[in-house]
Amino acid sequence: MNAEVVKIPEDLFLDCEPGPYVSELATDRPGDNGAAQIVRDRLSAIGLDGLRARAKAAENDLMSLGVTFTVYSDATAIDRILPFDCIPRIITAAEWRKLETGVQQRVAAINAFLHDIYHDRKILRDGIVPAELVLGNANYRPEMENFPVRFGTYVHICGIDIIRDQFGDFRVLEDNARTPSGVSYVVENRHLMRRAFPDLLAGMSLMPVDDYGRRLREALTEIAPEGVDDPQVVLLSPGIYNSAYFEHVFLAREMGVPLVEGPDLVVEDDRVFMKTTAGLRAVHSIYRRLGDDFLDPTVFRPESLLGVPGLIRAWRKGNVALANAVGTGVADDKAVYAYMPRIIKYYLDQDPILANVETNICREAEGLAYTLDNLDQLVTKPVGESGGYGITIGPRATREELEASRAALIANPSNWISQPVIGLSVCPTLTDDGIRQRHLDLRPFAVTGRSTWVLPGGLSRVALKAGSLIVNSSQGGGSKDTWVLAEESRR
Amino acid sequence: MTQQIPLLARYAESLFWMARYMERLENLARLVDVTQTFESPGLENEAWDSLIRIYANETHFAETHDGLEPDAVKRYYVLERQNPNSIISSIEAARMNARTLRPLISTEMWKHLNVFHRDLLQIAEHELQGDNLSRLCSRIKEGVQAHTGITEGTLFRDQGWHFYEMGRLIERADQTTRLLDIKFHRMLPKGSEDRRHEERTQWGGVLRAVAGYHAFRRIAPVEFLPQHVAGFLLTDPCFPRSVLLCLSQTEWHLTQLRTSYGLRGTRTALEQIEDMRAALLDRSAEQIISIGLHDFLDGMQRDLIGLAASVGDAFFRDWKPSLQQAQSQSQSTAQP
Repeated sequence: MNAEVVKIPEDLFLDCEPGPYVSELATDRPGDNGAAQIVRDRLSAIGLDGLRARAKAAENDLMSLGVTFTVYSDATAIDRILPFDCIPRIITAAEWRKLETGVQQRVAAINAFLHDIYHDRKILRDGIVPAELVLGNANYRPEMENFPVRFGTYVHICGIDIIRDQFGDFRVLEDNARTPSGVSYVVENRHLMRRAFPDLLAGMSLMPVDDYGRRLREALTEIAPEGVDDPQVVLLSPGIYNSAYFEHVFLAREMGVPLVEGPDLVVEDDRVFMKTTAGLRAVHSIYRRLGDDFLDPTVFRPESLLGVPGLIRAWRKGNVALANAVGTGVADDKAVYAYMPRIIKYYLDQDPILANVETNICREAEGLAYTLDNLDQLVTKPVGESGGYGITIGPRATREELEASRAALIANPSNWISQPVIGLSVCPTLTDDGIRQRHLDLRPFAVTGRSTWVLPGGLSRVALKAGSLIVNSSQGGGSKDTWVLAEESRR
Repeated sequence: MTQQIPLLARYAESLFWMARYMERLENLARLVDVTQTFESPGLENEAWDSLIRIYANETHFAETHDGLEPDAVKRYYVLERQNPNSIISSIEAARMNARTLRPLISTEMWKHLNVFHRDLLQIAEHELQGDNLSRLCSRIKEGVQAHTGITEGTLFRDQGWHFYEMGRLIERADQTTRLLDIKFHRMLPKGSEDRRHEERTQWGGVLRAVAGYHAFRRIAPVEFLPQHVAGFLLTDPCFPRSVLLCLSQTEWHLTQLRTSYGLRGTRTALEQIEDMRAALLDRSAEQIISIGLHDFLDGMQRDLIGLAASVGDAFFRDWKPSLQQAQSQSQSTAQP
C-alpha cells in the first residue's frame, strides 16, 4: 500500500466575512443540518482553479444551448447568457414553509383585491386604499370592470421579489403580477448544476424544480372556458426578437404546447383559432407573454403588430382564457405595494406572513416631507419602472444625484416612493478575487388556477459587483441555483 | 390516421426553409470545391465566372465588385452577407428558422446548429486561400452532415418531419441541376484524346463533388460519355442526389401528409412532380443534351420553384409573415 499524503484543501471561505449582513451560506442557522458546512467543504475540496474551470465550462454550455437573452445594438443581435454563479444558495425546509405560505397569502390577497376593484370597489369605498391611486392608475383597465374570471384568479403567474434583511427576516420588496420572467433560469440552473457539479449535489435531498411546466399547463387547462373537454393551450410570445424568447421556448416545451406569435392566431366569430397546416384549430387558453397594451390592436395600441385583432372581444365573450388577466398591473404598482399589508388584512383577516419593506408614499404629503428630509438615508424609486431603473440609493449617491432626485420628487411626487436602505443578505460568490460575499434576492414563482402552487425556491439573483444592491440582470446581476432542503431530518 | 397533433403553418414553413438553407449551404461548399478543381492554369477566372453564371448572379456580382477576381468570387459565395445565397447568409437564415422552431426541434439539433453557426462566423480570410479552401469546404459539408444525422436520429417524425424532408429534397434537386450545369458551361470542345482525357477527369470531379463517383464507376461503361453522367445525376433511381430520386421522395412525403394526416391541397404539387418525372424520363440524356441541356436544366429549376410554391400555397397559406420574417423569407424566394 502506498502511503498517500492527504492534502487538506485550503478553506476558500476564509476571506469571506459577511460583515453586518446575513450570509445565506456562511451564517450557520438552525434546520440546515450542516448542509451549508458540507457545501463549503466540498467547494474548498474542488478548489478555486477547479471552480473556475467548471464555471467557464458551464457558461460555454449555456451559450451553446442558447440559454440566452438577446441584446440588440444597431443591426446586430448579440446573445448573452445570464451570468451564472456556481455557488448555490440554501433555504431550509422551515424557511421555505414560511416563504411558500407567505407567497400564497400574498397571491390570494392580490386576486381578491383585483376582483374587488373591478367589481364592487369595497376597499376603495372603505377608504383602505385611495381611490385615485387605483382608478387613476395607468394600468387600470376599464375593460375589466364586471368581467368574471374563473376561480376569481386574475394573476395566474406571479413572481414576488423577496429579500432577507440584517435580522434574517424575509421581506417582500416588490410584486410582479403582469408577466414576470426568470423561471426558466431556475430550472436550467439546476440542470446545469447536476451536469457540472454532481459532487456538490451528491446525497443532498433537495426539493425538485422540474414540475413547473406541468403545473402551469394544469392551471391553464383549469381556467379554459367551461365545457371544453381537452382545451388547446398555447403560449403567445412577441417572437424571436424578444429578449426573453428563450424563456418562452422553454415554457412552451415544458408544457408541451405550441409557441404562437400574434399572426399565428386569428379571431372569427369571437373565437380564437391558430393557423395550422390543416387549417384553423380552436384555441382555448392562452399564456400570453405580451403586455396588455400589445394584446389587441383594436382595443389598445392600434399600431402594434404583435397582438391579435379581436382577442379581447373573444375573451370577454368567455371563449378563451388569458393568463394573466388584463389589468393586473394595477396590483403590482409600487405605490399600491405600500398598502399591501392592509390589503391582506382587509380581505383575508390575517397578518402578513411576509412583511413589506417600510415604504413612504410620496403622493401623500407626510411621505413626501419625510422623504425630502431624509433623502440621503433613503432609497427612492419611481413607481412605474421595473428592471432597477431610476433608483437612487441615498447613502451611496453623490450630491448631484441627490439634487436630481429631489427635483424629480418635487416635480411629480406621485411618481415616487421611498424606503429605508435594506441590508440585503449576501451569499458567497465566485469572483476574480476568490470567493466573496455578494448581495442577493429571491423571486419565487407562484402558479394559480383553482389554487396556488409555489415552485420550491425561485430565482436567486445576485449583484456581481462588490457592495452593489442592484441584482437586476439588466444592471450586471447574475443568478444562482436555489436549494430548498427537502427535510429537516435528512440531507 | 396517426397522431393529430396540429402543426402551426408557420412551423411547417420554417422547417421547410431551415432544411433548404442547410442543404443549400452544403451544396455551395460542394460547388465551390469543385470549381476550385476546375481551375486550369491561366484560366482561373473562367472557372469562377461559370459559378456566378450558374447562380445567375452576374448582375449582382458586377454591381458589388470591381472585377472578376477568383478571390472575390470565393468571398462572395462563402463570406459575404450581401449575397443572399452565400454560405454565411444561408447559415444565418437556417439558424433564424431554427430559432423560431426551438419549441419543436430537438435540443440536440438546436445546439449543433447554434455551435455550427458560431463556427462559420469565425471563418477567416486565409481559409479561402489555396489548399485551405478545400479543407474549409469539407468542414462545412461535414457540419451539415452532422446536422442531417442528428435530425435523422432525434427529430420527432410527425408531419413536421415531412415538411423538413421536402425542403431538403427540393433544394437538393435544384442544386444537382446547378452542379450539372456548371460542368456543361465548362465543357471543352470536342477534340483529341488528350482533350477527352481532360474531359473525363473533370466529369470525375463533378461526380466526386456529389459523392457519386464510385457508384457511377460501378454502373457506367468504362469509356463513359457526358450523357452517362448527365443521366446518372438526373434520373438514377438509387443515387441519393439524383433529381428523380429527390422527386420520388418528395412525392412520398406529400402522399404521407395526405393519407396519414388528412392534409388536403397536395394535388397540385403531386401533379407537378408527375410532369417533371415525365420530362426527365421521356427523353434519353443524349437527346436532352442535343436539344440543349442548359435550357432543360433551367426549366427544371423553374419547375422546382413552382413545386415549392405549391407546397407553400397549400400549407403555409394562412400564415401572414410579419415584416421581419418577410425579409428573411424573401431572400429564399429571391433565389434565381
